Amino acid sequence: MTRHTTCATRPDSRATKMLSRLLISGLFAGAAAGLIAALLQLYFVQPVLLHAELYESGELVHFGAQAVSAHQDIGGIDLVRDGLSVVFTMLTYTGYAFILLVLMAIAEMRGATVNGRTGLIWGLAGFVAFHFAPGFTLAPEVPGVAAADVYARQIWWWATVLSASAGLWLIAFGGNWLAWGSAAVLLLAPHVIGAPEPDSFTGPVPTEIGALFASRAFGVGMAAWLLLGCFAGFFWQREGARISSIQTA
Amino acid sequence: MTTQTSKATLSLTKIVPLAFAAVLGIAIISITGHVQASALHDAAHDVRHATGFPCH
Repeated sequence: MTRHTTCATRPDSRATKMLSRLLISGLFAGAAAGLIAALLQLYFVQPVLLHAELYESGELVHFGAQAVSAHQDIGGIDLVRDGLSVVFTMLTYTGYAFILLVLMAIAEMRGATVNGRTGLIWGLAGFVAFHFAPGFTLAPEVPGVAAADVYARQIWWWATVLSASAGLWLIAFGGNWLAWGSAAVLLLAPHVIGAPEPDSFTGPVPTEIGALFASRAFGVGMAAWLLLGCFAGFFWQREGARISSIQTA
Repeated sequence: MTTQTSKATLSLTKIVPLAFAAVLGIAIISITGHVQASALHDAAHDVRHATGFPCH
């Protein structure tokens, strides 16, 4: 009994509980939202991507000698390729979940309520920070699109995600005009400065396919992030209740 | 004095797991979305396009 009490109040034990709460909630939320995201992507985005690749590879030619039918046989499910996509989508959303939960935990320490319902707002904010803000200037890329150096774009991508996240945090928790003004600057700056752009446009894919690809990528991203926020809030609550019930038992 | 020590310990017990989870999250996103090694790029190709990461 004495030993148990000492153990529960030891700092490293508290750190372990905190870590397991973060990791378990993140794994559950990330796997669930990631699986749904992957299925939505395979159904709504993948056919558009495969259609675009027919133009990227040169099999179809836009504005060639004759008009090309908009209805193409793009092939069915490729088990290895699509299986890898499912695994990588689940991993990606698990990564998002860990970052989201860290911020949720910090907000909770400062008095915010975190559960499945408030998680929806967190999810929407996550979508804005990780998909919409970078995609506002670096639009989701249909295969074959012309683009600047990949490393320069990645640096801009991370800077924009960071800046948008900080801006959204200030809007939610800043509480005064200085914070809100800084938030506007942080949200706008990456787009006013501009992203790395290609020297010339060489994309061979019809603009109709490119536009559908971008809006599908955003739509699936938004649905998946809303679910991720909801699941992360829900599992964070549930893991917290489970850990405190073990402590009081 | 005692209170101060326990407060400092308390915050450290939260900061370490929070920092660990944040670094883990960033590392996972870097691997699935950004690292250009060709095997990784090919495996994650469709996801990178569909998730809005800079791909090529």
